[in-house]
Amino acid sequence: MYPSRFSYEAPTSIDEAVELLRLGAGEAKVLAGGQSLLPMMKLRFASPGTLIDINNIPDLAYHRADADGTYRIGALCRHAHLEKANGLAEIQPTIAAAAPLVADPIVRTRGTFVGSVCHADPQGDWASVMIALGGSVVAQGPDGSRSIPVSDFVSGPFQTVLGFDELAIEAVVPAPVGDRAGGYLKLERRVGDFATAGVAVSIERSGSSVARAGIGLTGVGSSTIDASDAAASLVGGNLTDDEIARAAELAASASRPRSDHRGSADYKRHIVATFVTRLLSNLQLTNQEAA
Amino acid sequence: MSIDEIKIGGLGASRRRVEDNRFIRGAGNYVDDITLPGMLHMEILRSPLAHARIKSIDVSAAWAVPGVRLVLTGEMMASRNLAWMPTLSYDTQAVLATDKVRFQGQEVACVVADDPYIAKDACEAIVVDYEPLPPIVNPTQAMASGAPVIRDDKVNQQDNVVFDWDVGDKDGTDRAFAEADVVSEIELHYPRSHPSPIETCGSIADFDRSTSKLTVYMTTQAPHIIRAAVAIVAELPEHMIRIVSPDLGGGFGNKVPVYPGYVASILASILLERPVKWIEDKSGNLISTGFGRDVYLRGQMAMRQDGRILGVRMHTDSDHGAFFSDAQPSKFKIGLMHSAFACYDIPTAHLTSRGYYTNKAPGGVAYRCSFRVTEAMFFQERMVQAAADDLGMDQAEFRRMNFVQDDDFPHRTAFGFLTDSGQYAKCLDIGLKAVGYDDFLKQKEEAKKRGRLLGIGISTMTEPLGAGNSREYDILGIKMFDSAELRVHMTGKAILRTGAKTQGQGHETTWAQIVAHELGIPAEDIVVEEGDTDTAPFGMGTYASRSTPVAGAAVAMVSRKIRAKARKIAAHLLEVSEEDVDWELGRFFVRSAPDLGVTIQECANAAYSNMPDGMEPGLENNAYYDPPNLTWPFACYIATVEVDPLTGVWDVLNMVAVDDCGVRINPMIVEGQIMGGLTEAYAMASMQFITFDNEGNCIGSNYMDYLLPTAWETPGFELHEVVTPCPHHPIGAKGIGECATVGGPAAFVNAVMDALKDTGVRNIDMPLLPDRVHEALTEQHDVSGAPPLRTDS
Repeated sequence: MYPSRFSYEAPTSIDEAVELLRLGAGEAKVLAGGQSLLPMMKLRFASPGTLIDINNIPDLAYHRADADGTYRIGALCRHAHLEKANGLAEIQPTIAAAAPLVADPIVRTRGTFVGSVCHADPQGDWASVMIALGGSVVAQGPDGSRSIPVSDFVSGPFQTVLGFDELAIEAVVPAPVGDRAGGYLKLERRVGDFATAGVAVSIERSGSSVARAGIGLTGVGSSTIDASDAAASLVGGNLTDDEIARAAELAASASRPRSDHRGSADYKRHIVATFVTRLLSNLQLTNQEAA
Repeated sequence: MSIDEIKIGGLGASRRRVEDNRFIRGAGNYVDDITLPGMLHMEILRSPLAHARIKSIDVSAAWAVPGVRLVLTGEMMASRNLAWMPTLSYDTQAVLATDKVRFQGQEVACVVADDPYIAKDACEAIVVDYEPLPPIVNPTQAMASGAPVIRDDKVNQQDNVVFDWDVGDKDGTDRAFAEADVVSEIELHYPRSHPSPIETCGSIADFDRSTSKLTVYMTTQAPHIIRAAVAIVAELPEHMIRIVSPDLGGGFGNKVPVYPGYVASILASILLERPVKWIEDKSGNLISTGFGRDVYLRGQMAMRQDGRILGVRMHTDSDHGAFFSDAQPSKFKIGLMHSAFACYDIPTAHLTSRGYYTNKAPGGVAYRCSFRVTEAMFFQERMVQAAADDLGMDQAEFRRMNFVQDDDFPHRTAFGFLTDSGQYAKCLDIGLKAVGYDDFLKQKEEAKKRGRLLGIGISTMTEPLGAGNSREYDILGIKMFDSAELRVHMTGKAILRTGAKTQGQGHETTWAQIVAHELGIPAEDIVVEEGDTDTAPFGMGTYASRSTPVAGAAVAMVSRKIRAKARKIAAHLLEVSEEDVDWELGRFFVRSAPDLGVTIQECANAAYSNMPDGMEPGLENNAYYDPPNLTWPFACYIATVEVDPLTGVWDVLNMVAVDDCGVRINPMIVEGQIMGGLTEAYAMASMQFITFDNEGNCIGSNYMDYLLPTAWETPGFELHEVVTPCPHHPIGAKGIGECATVGGPAAFVNAVMDALKDTGVRNIDMPLLPDRVHEALTEQHDVSGAPPLRTDS
């Protein structure tokens, strides 16, 4: 496993990294955790001219909630930071549910949340989670920064709308409308395998009424799927069994899986429906809670 | 007075593995750790297509890359008569393709350069013009009329059949079926898997022009066979060839065959007169080297209504890939497939086998299995469960009533093997008790009422380990014996060398324990060396669980030769006649005066300083051991599972293993072998396979597609033991390394099939991926896993 020749840069500031990206003119790649990029380079599926290692840039390893409930994840926050974060399940249940299911423990100690979203692998977990949460990515370019909703950010398999001279510096989850609940389920053949199918669900509700819902689908299309019709069908309702069944059906029909060695297309659609049902059923309030 | 054998690390001591000292410190010495002065690096260009005619190869751009020393193509190999090499199965295999490529990943060209990066860059600069041909990915396609002939290089090869072979009594079996009350049938595919040692294959060839000596550091489980093969293929004198197999990062059968990379690195070193290193990458290992299984099995069992088995018919169609380079005893075309049903008392049986060429990687190796025994035992236990179900009998009772009984040994199996010992029913009873069989059956019925699917699967089997005896077992005519050489030094310390080659089995630990048992020399005083053909005695190497049955026996026998000489020295030192000397562990003494004695260490000292008149000095010897028979360990594996009816996902609730491998040299190592084997069995049953699409693309050429099990999903195992000593092995030991890999898969699969019993589904091919289980549950039909892979396009 020998990658093609490349040069290596290790900037110590965001501005320096952006300048190096600009100089790279599209031939440079950002190295954060490297858990996808380096294997692809060794297989020569990726042959960037320059690697820009951002690990020496200070103050990017954070994940924190602002006073208003907005949640921010810096570009060097590792999966393991989220997996081990105390109290995350109370404020970000979908992220907390997905964190221990990302790849395997070895990858989780190195790989980054933002890097995973930027990699835009249709089988990546975090893009689905961010779609469910209505999150966005903050990109820093030579002329300033912009915020891109994740549903627009991923433009295809392994493709994003990020400009060649832009560095994704932060993922942002907006403050919830009411109480946030959610979860993540993934079917994999083995720990560390890519998902056969995965489902991220987030709902925000006042009392028992759903004010906002999001459903992201992993590994069942050529890019991460925003099951927006399924999510929209839940808004204004109370997560009744009928509503859940309808959302499951809509999510399954939003998926575009292919038959492969992980399973048939029909089976993957069935798993999407089953997981949506399981996740939402877990979020049904008992009569006591609803009261 | 006498020594505590456990304290000196003798037989039965769970002594810590001495080799682990260096392995866990990262101080092992693997082929890739070796660097020689002036060493160059070789990379292989592989075919992207499964079947194609080579119209031209343009290597000019590769030569132009700075730092490139040599570019090898099939044409250049052909000019030296090295484009093709003989295989271990009397076939030929392309070293570098000349006329056609015959599987995806086949070796097409090699580049030797100053470093591996340059070599890889130059490989990418080679331009090959291919004319695609229709690929064949299974026996059905291979046998279809009008199928392209893959081996059109062979004169007289008109079709894609490798061999037709049969064994057993056809007429007797036909009569048994005519008399049967009930006939059961089953048909299945044992998928292609791969041994996937953590270290890939590789070599460093170092030809020294000044001495004409060729030294090859190589990842091989059988260095002496390789030396013979190199002598034949490269036409070099055997005494000028030294094969060194240093530390091996696993083998599992993958490192038995001769691979094109070895041959190309040797030729490159001869041409360039510099050491040439070739280290295969992981994908190269998965896509081109010796695979396991890929056999289609079907058969029938004839029974009386009361459950007695009257006869068995079996047929196998095996997929050998593009070249028949299986590693197995030459006489048996489909390995020891006919060891199937050996633990059952069956009057008659007949096996027919047909092998096929396909456009897939060659080299059916015994992946942790004694020559196709894994397929045989899997078929056996799937057949037995189907038969018990058809009879409406309890699957445990059906097995028990058909077992060879304890007092029926030696027993001639329906296919002609001679089994010699075992306590099959006792093992089954221990297993059933440990798993709580009767309780589980009740739980299963209760769970069913609540819509939960529980299942229990049993796999019982005895398998032939330790080829050979020399009457029946040889590879390319070389008889399958093995050897040991023991030198006891003046201070009573010793060095032992054998013709085997450890690759994780722990020979450095256990061989010393056998010597300690025989001579009373503490195990820590004995160093064990293997793998250097210049120093080790000739042996057939380590695979097929043959080390302890054959080389281990040679270790005991050479120790006894040493003891016999030491006895003469003891008599001399004690000034009595040899007949008056008795032995206890580590010490000779005067029978009539037990306090008068000399230790083995004192005898060793005297062998160099005070030997009797007329005796040759020194205390060393060797032994070549030709076993009278195979050894026949027995195993009973029982798994319980719960299947999620909505997703088809199944979880193992419990897995109980009862192994009888005779006398255990090091119980800890035996348990480690069983746990490793069960882990591999679980992987094959649940997740692991190499398949191919319609274009012949290999699905499973990297470790994201071909899954190795990890500690996170592998279930726990509960181990039990029964000891029935092998009657012919010098210390009563039987093979164990492969039992759990061989017998384990059927326990898991039978458990899932038991959970699905009400659907009427008879078979789901391994691996039992959730989508296959779900399909069987919802569609209520059998699910085949045979290639080509179902895709959308």
